[in-house]
This record gives sequence, C-alpha cells and structure tokens, in this order.
Amino acid sequence: MDQNEILAKVQEVFRDVLDDDAIMLTPQTTADDVEGWDSLSHIQLIVAIEKAFKIKFTSKEILSWKNVEEMIECIANK
Amino acid sequence: MIGFKELKNNLKKDRSALPVKKVALIGDVATQFLSVAIKGFGVEKGYNIDLFEADFNQVEQQVMDPTSELHHFSADYTIVFQSTHKLLEKYSNTSPSGQINVADNRLDFIRTICNSVKGRIIYYNYPEIEDTVFGSYANKVPSSFTYQLRKLNFELMNIAQQNPNFFICDIAGLQNKFGRDMMFSSTVYVSTEMVLSIDSLPYVAARTMDIICAAEGKFKKCLILDLDNTTWGGIVGDDGWENIQVGHGLGIGKAFTEFQEWVKKLKNRGIIIAVCSKNDEDKAKAPFEKNPEMVLKLEDIAVFVANWNNKADNIRHIQSVLNIGFDSMVFLDDNPFERNMVRENVPDITVPELPEDPGEYLEYLYSLNLFETVSYSNADADRTLQYQVESQRASLQQSFTNEADFLKSLDMVSEVKGFDSFNTSRVAQLSQRSNQFNLRTVRYTEAEIEALGKDNQYADFSFTLVDKFGDNGLICVIILKKQDAETLFVDTWYMSCRVLKRGMENFTLNTIVSYAKKNGFKRIIGEYLPTSKNQMVEEHYPKLGFGKLEGTETLRFELNADTYEDRECYITTK
Repeated sequence: MDQNEILAKVQEVFRDVLDDDAIMLTPQTTADDVEGWDSLSHIQLIVAIEKAFKIKFTSKEILSWKNVEEMIECIANK
Repeated sequence: MIGFKELKNNLKKDRSALPVKKVALIGDVATQFLSVAIKGFGVEKGYNIDLFEADFNQVEQQVMDPTSELHHFSADYTIVFQSTHKLLEKYSNTSPSGQINVADNRLDFIRTICNSVKGRIIYYNYPEIEDTVFGSYANKVPSSFTYQLRKLNFELMNIAQQNPNFFICDIAGLQNKFGRDMMFSSTVYVSTEMVLSIDSLPYVAARTMDIICAAEGKFKKCLILDLDNTTWGGIVGDDGWENIQVGHGLGIGKAFTEFQEWVKKLKNRGIIIAVCSKNDEDKAKAPFEKNPEMVLKLEDIAVFVANWNNKADNIRHIQSVLNIGFDSMVFLDDNPFERNMVRENVPDITVPELPEDPGEYLEYLYSLNLFETVSYSNADADRTLQYQVESQRASLQQSFTNEADFLKSLDMVSEVKGFDSFNTSRVAQLSQRSNQFNLRTVRYTEAEIEALGKDNQYADFSFTLVDKFGDNGLICVIILKKQDAETLFVDTWYMSCRVLKRGMENFTLNTIVSYAKKNGFKRIIGEYLPTSKNQMVEEHYPKLGFGKLEGTETLRFELNADTYEDRECYITTK
C-alpha cells in the first residue's frame, strides 16, 4: 500500500470517527487544522486506525507525531 | 453491541424530550470517555442523562466535604469508579506490614460513601490485575494484592446487602467475560489516564444504565421461548418427543439442557416463562410431559401457546394474559424470519439475535445481561404459580353469568397492615415494578419505605389478597400524607395488575375512609400524574366517587369522608 492509499484510508477513518464527511487530509495536516481533533479524540482515532490497518502502535509513537505525514510513515513501516 | 462512536454521536441528537436523570460520576482515573458513553447509552435507553463529572481524582474530597460540588448537585445516581489500577498503585506504595489492611481501609471509605452520599450509589467493583508477585501462591498470602483484591470484591457484596441504596456495577464480571486484554489498553492508558479501553466502554455504560433502568422500573419480567431448535434440538413434529436433542452426554443435546437450566433459574428468580411455538399443541407439550431429559416442565410455563397463527399475534395474546408491557418481554427464537417478524410487529419487545450455533446461545445471552434487577424477594419465586392460577380463575369466571356471584365464589380475604420488617422489601419492590396501576408513580427504595413506616406524618397500608385458588401475596400499597388536621393526601396508590376487577379498589378505599373517620380527617385528596403507562387509572378517582378539584395545576380529586358510604365489595378483612 503506497502513501496515497494510506492517506485515503486514514482520511476515511477520520471522517467516520469525527462524524464529518468534509474532512480533507494532506500530509501537512495537523490537529489544529481539523475541527474535533483534540487530545481525547486523538486516542479514538488511533484505536480506529489500528483496527482499520490491523496494526498496533506503541505508546511512544502515538505521542510523537507532529502531522499526518508522520503518522502515515509510521503506518507504512508496520 | 453499539460502538463508542455511535454513543458519542447520540449526544448530537435532541435529547430535550427525554426524561432527565441526574447522574454524578466520580473516579480516581480520567472519566471523560466514560461519561460520553453513559450519556450516549442513556439516549439508547430513552433518558437524558444530566451528568456531573467531578474533576479527575477527587473521590475522597467530593465525598467527605459536605459543601462539595457532588453534594451540591444532589444526583439521583452517583457512580463511583475507583479503579484497580490506582488501588494497585496505593498497595505498592504501602509498607509491607500495612498491605494486609489495604482492602479494609478501602471498605471503610466505601462505608463512608454509603453514609454521606444521598440518592442511589452505583459502585464499580474491581476487575482483577494479577501482579504475579507471588504467582498462584498469592492465594495463601493474606497480604498479597490478589488476596486483598478478592477480599475487597467479596466484602463489597456484603456492604451492598446492608445498604439498600448501594448497587454494585459488576465490571469485574465484564472482565471475566471479555478478558483483561479487551478491557484495558495500555496505549489508551498511557496517553489519557483512562483505564477502560474504547471497546469496553459501551459494555460498561450498558451495565451502568441497566442498573439505572431497573431502578426506574424498566426491566424484563417475562421470557418467551420458541421450542424447536431453541428449547430443544430438532423438530418435535417430525422427530417425535423421544428423539429431540436434549440431555447430557456427547453432542448438541447438552447445549439445550444447559439452556433449559438457565431458563429454570430465571423462572425460580421470578421471571415469567411463556412458550410461543408453531406446532400442534399436543405435540409441543409432549416433550415436557414425557421426555425425562427435559429440565423444563409444564408447571414452569406460565402461558403455553402452540398453534399455527403468526407469532406476533400469539405474543399479543400472551401479553393480554400476563398484563405486562411489551418492553418487559424478551423473545428467543432460532429463526431469523420469526425474529424479524416479531420485531417489526411488536414494538418495544426485546428480540436477541441468537447465534446460529446453539452451543453459543448461553455465552451470547450472558453477554446481554437481559435481566438486571434492583430487588429480589422470595415472593418472586411464586410468580409463575400465580399466573397459572390466574388462567384457572379466568376459566371459572366464564361459568358465572353475574360478576358479583363470581366474586363471591372466590372467598377473597385481605390482610391489611402498615409497613414492617416483613413487608418492606416487597412494598419497595412493587413500588419499582408497578407501572400501569400507579397513580403518581413515585418510586420508593427499601430504605425510604422503612423511613415512611416510622414517620408520624404518614399513614401507610399494605394489602394482601388470598382467594380459594391461591395466595396473591402483597398486591396493593397506600401511603397517605397527613396534609393538615382534616386532610389526607394520597401520596401513593399502586396495585398489582394481577388483581384487577376483583373489587380490590373498593376494598382499599373503604379501608382508607375508615381510617380517616377514626382519626378525624374530613377530606381525602387524590392526584393522578400521567405517565406513558398509567392511562389505565386516568379515571380512577372519578370512578370511585371523587370530585375533580378545579384550579389545580395537576389532576386532583377530592372525597368527603363524612358522607362516604362503604362501596360494595366481596373481600373480607383477615
């Protein structure tokens, strides 16, 4: 799966979890750019992404991402 | 089970039309998600949960300080979530000599909660964390964490027995069912200080709401069973009563045996069991009568319906015999077509989506926790018999042309008593259960009933009814408030629907008025507060000769005690 496919799938998860079909993600998107992406919904997103990709993040990874790109790289490396 | 996301989305819905319940949530771990899940589940169950969430880790302060936000909020329900995680931390930081007291110290604090928090308390018990410091040998070491934790969970049950307003929400049971790896997620914990995984939240919220719903009078009273491939394996009409699959030994028969054992326990607890089967009646009854492997017998079944009509109609028939709401019924059927048909045509009935494999029935049904309750008394166990007797009475009634002759023939006797230690639990229970014949639907707990019994401002009466067919037990309760020297206000009048049309209302009113006359009261005021279920008693007071009061906010009625003449009834006082 290439990075664009991952991005599309992650975007789908965001839309589903945050219940907002207008969400558009780019590699540069950060939490400040998405309404409803706060520290609480972050963990909800993580758990949903883990399920969607059937992977597990470490606690350290979860706290390290600065934007969507870093998250996607992390998924790609699993 | 509904997901956390859906529960969260429920909060966007308009909840303003739903009845409000004030719920406080205090925990020693972060509870934001839990509060979302509980509010969301409230919507699923038809409640608008007005939730006060204390700041993180303020359990002691909120409980002990009488001026705290918790006491200020005065919740109907206070949920206390003291986590195993924090207890383990406390245990680990206690000197080895003090570790043996960890459970007792916590229990002392829980007793303080019981004494200082008003309203009902829902306390989450402790899912186990096995620290393996001693391995299995911990069971031999009273100061081990495992020992302290199990002692704590055990003693909690004793506290619950001593405090009628204290209810345990058995999340340790949830962990037994789903496993610690499902209940706890280290990533969620590390990044949010929450000890419940996102997947476990809907279950914890469901268990919490189960208790609240039961306390509000919403609980299941009746289980309706399909027979072929639900109660036993195979088709009795084709296979014959001797060849159906039921019984111990190898094979699927034992799954049905164990299913029947579960149903029998429910029956013994007081759940009414009914049968609804597409079969010839004699063929359907044959296994109950002749097959020695059957755990369930005909006497366990309150209403037995086997014919070729559609099941929705048959369930309506069962409902009319039992006189309980569809929302208090559960229907089990292996056939998806029948399930959908019943779901679509009988609103509010619960129809679980039974797994295809009968071997999985029980574990699936356990996961649903269908039969939560907030009370239990020995009278519950006799309920099936009472309903069976009711159908005998119904057939006797058909042989009389005149209602009075029928009522006389029943030889009815009622015992009238105030509240005492023997009847408080049944009085409270009926207060929780009565929805239809309930004039004001004020729910009282055991503790409140006990207090009312001692309060001179109130006069209270409980009524039993025995007739020649059997003992109905305690079936009616009256609580009168002495409003002033001349006026009695009927605070509470509820009656079991089992004894409708027996003249019990007349007997009850005769009793009330005779009390009023003896004690110098001139007038009796009754009030009708409508709910979605008590339309039956809308005309209750006018029918009994009360006059409607004008200019009152609620529907109130008045009766003059002096001019009252005893109403006709065929019940004698014991």
